Amino acid sequence: MSLLIPEKISLSSASSSPGRCPFPTAEYPEVEILDAKTREKLCFLDKVEPHATIAEIKNLFTKTHPQWYPARQSLRLDPKGKSLKDEDVLQKLPVGTTATLYFRDLGAQISWVTVFLTEYAGPLFIYLLFYFRVPFIYGHKYDFTSSRHTVVHLACICHSFHYVKRLLETLFVHRFSHGTMPLRNIFKNCTYYWGFAAWMAYYINHPLYTPPTYGAQQVKLALAIFVICQLGNFSIHMALRDLRPAGSKTRKIPYPTKNPFTWLFLLVSCPNYTYEVGSWIGFAIMTQCLPVALFSLVGFTQMTIWAKGKHRSYLKEFRDYPPLRMPIIPFLL
Amino acid sequence: MAAAAAATAAAKGNGGGGGRAGAGDASGTRKKKGPGPLATAYLVIYNVVMTAGWLVIAVGLVRAYLAKGSYHSLYYSIEKPLKFFQTGALLEILHCAIGIVPSSVVLTSFQVMSRVFLIWAVTHSVKEVLIHQLIDSSWALLPPFHLVTTPRLMSTSAKAGRQVQSEDSVLLFVIAWTITEIIRYSFYTFSLLNHLPYLIKWARYTLFIVLYPMGVSGELLTIYAALPFVRQAGLYSISLPNKYNFSFDYYAFLILIMISYIPIFPQLYFHMIHQRRKILSHTEEHKKFE
Repeated sequence: MSLLIPEKISLSSASSSPGRCPFPTAEYPEVEILDAKTREKLCFLDKVEPHATIAEIKNLFTKTHPQWYPARQSLRLDPKGKSLKDEDVLQKLPVGTTATLYFRDLGAQISWVTVFLTEYAGPLFIYLLFYFRVPFIYGHKYDFTSSRHTVVHLACICHSFHYVKRLLETLFVHRFSHGTMPLRNIFKNCTYYWGFAAWMAYYINHPLYTPPTYGAQQVKLALAIFVICQLGNFSIHMALRDLRPAGSKTRKIPYPTKNPFTWLFLLVSCPNYTYEVGSWIGFAIMTQCLPVALFSLVGFTQMTIWAKGKHRSYLKEFRDYPPLRMPIIPFLL
Repeated sequence: MAAAAAATAAAKGNGGGGGRAGAGDASGTRKKKGPGPLATAYLVIYNVVMTAGWLVIAVGLVRAYLAKGSYHSLYYSIEKPLKFFQTGALLEILHCAIGIVPSSVVLTSFQVMSRVFLIWAVTHSVKEVLIHQLIDSSWALLPPFHLVTTPRLMSTSAKAGRQVQSEDSVLLFVIAWTITEIIRYSFYTFSLLNHLPYLIKWARYTLFIVLYPMGVSGELLTIYAALPFVRQAGLYSISLPNKYNFSFDYYAFLILIMISYIPIFPQLYFHMIHQRRKILSHTEEHKKFE
C-alpha cells in the first residue's frame, strides 16, 4: 500500500473489462484517515483490499504512526459517531470508492487481564498484612499477635478465598470482549479495591474488634450465605464462558443449565452480580462491620449500573429476550 | 472552595438559574432545549427569591456593622437568613436532576454540599455541641480521661464564649459568598428573561478573581479555628470498641478537607479564568459587529 501526500487521487473509471481481472483498478477502495477533531489528513491508503477489516486498516495506520498502536485507535465513519468494530469489513460499510475514516486517540491502553490481576492481588495481600498485624498498623504491643475471636480467622479465610477465586477466574475462566481499557483505569480501580480492603481489614483485625451480637448462630448463617453465593457466582462465570468459544467475541442469550445455581438466569440478566452482592452481604453479617456494609453498598450500586447496561444491550440485540428477567434483583431492579 | 466551586459551576451554566446567556455564551453550535414555560417561570421566581435573600444578608451585614461600630462577630446578625438561603440552594441539585437546568448533578451537588457543610457542620456545630457534649455523653469520647474531667468542664462550658462563629474568618467567606451569590442569581434571572446586561456578565466573570481567594481563605481559616474545639469535644467522632466495628475522627476528616483544597482550588480558579477569556472576548467581538 503506498502512502502518498494527502491528496485525493481519483482513478479513471475507464478501466479494463470485468472479464480480465476480478477487481479492476478503479474498484479498489481507497481509505483516507482524518483526525476527528482537527480534520487533518493523517494517512491515505490506496488499493485497499475490499474485504479488508477495520483491524487490518488499523495495522496499516500504525505503520505510519507507530505511537498509535491499534488498541488505542478509534476509527469511525462520522467524527462524532460510534467507533467501528475491528471485525467490520470495509466493503460492507456505507462508503464510496474513497472511504473517509475519522481517527480518535483513545489514550494509552492497558490489557484487561493486567488490570484485573493487579486490582485483585492488592486486596489479597493487604488484608493479610492487617490479619498478621504487621508493625505500624496497631499499637506496638499487638505486633504479630493473633485475634482470639474465631470469626476473625474465618473472615480472613473467606476474604482471601474470594480474591484467590477472582485471580484464578481472570487467568482461566473469563473470556474478555475487549482486550484493553484506558490506562488511567488501573489507578482508579486499584485505589477503590485496595483502599476499601485496607479500610475493612483494619477494623476486622483490630485488637478492639467486637464479634457479632448473635454469636456463632449469626456467623454460621452468614458463612452459609457467603459460600452459596461464591458457588453461585462461579457457576455463572462458567456458564458465561461456555457460551462463547475460545478467541471469539460472539454474544448469546445465557440460559439456565443443569447446575441449579444457574437457574437464577430465569429471573435476572446478570446473576453473577446478584451472587456477588450476596457474598458481600454475607461477609458483612459475618463480621458485623460497618465498613464492609458500606463496601457492599457501593459495589451494589456500581454493579446495578453495569447490570442495567447489560440488560439494555441484551434487549436491543435479541428480539426474543425473556421478558421475565430483571437486570440484577429478581422482580425488583 | 465552596466559593470557588459555586462560581465555577456558575460559569458552566450551573446552579439554580439555568438558561444560557443568549448571545454572550461561547457555546457555539450546541443545541439547547431549554426549560419549558412553566419551568422557566418557576426558575425566574427561584432566582429572584435567592437574589433577594442574599441582598437581605448583605443589607443585614451593613446595618449590623453600622450599629455595632465594628466588624467583629457580625455573623450573629445574619445567621438565620444565611442558613436559610444557603441551605435552600439544595434545590438546585433537584433542578439539575429533573432536567430543567442543563448542568451536571454531580458538580452542582459538590458545590452546594460543600457550602452546606461549612455552614452547618463547621460554623453552626462548633458552638452548640460544646454544651450538649458535656451533658449528654452518649457519644464515645476519644480519650477516656475526659469523662472524669466532665464535672469541672460543665461549670466552665457555659462561660466558654469562644467559638468559631465569632471568628473574623467567618465574615471573610460570608462577604465573598454574599457578593458572588447576588451576582450569580441575578445573572440567571436576567438570562432566563433574555435580557442580560453586560455589567452583570462582566461582574460574574471578573469579580471572582478577588472573591474566590477571599472565600477560600475565609473557609480554610474557619475550619482551622474549629479544630481545637472538635478535638476537645470529640465532635461527631466515634471510637472503638463498638458494636459495628467502625470509627470516625472528625478532626482528621476536617484536616483532610483542608488538604483537598490544594488540588481542587487551583483547578477551579484557572477554569474560571479560562472561561472568562472565552466569554468576555466573545462578547467583545459581538459588539464589534453591531
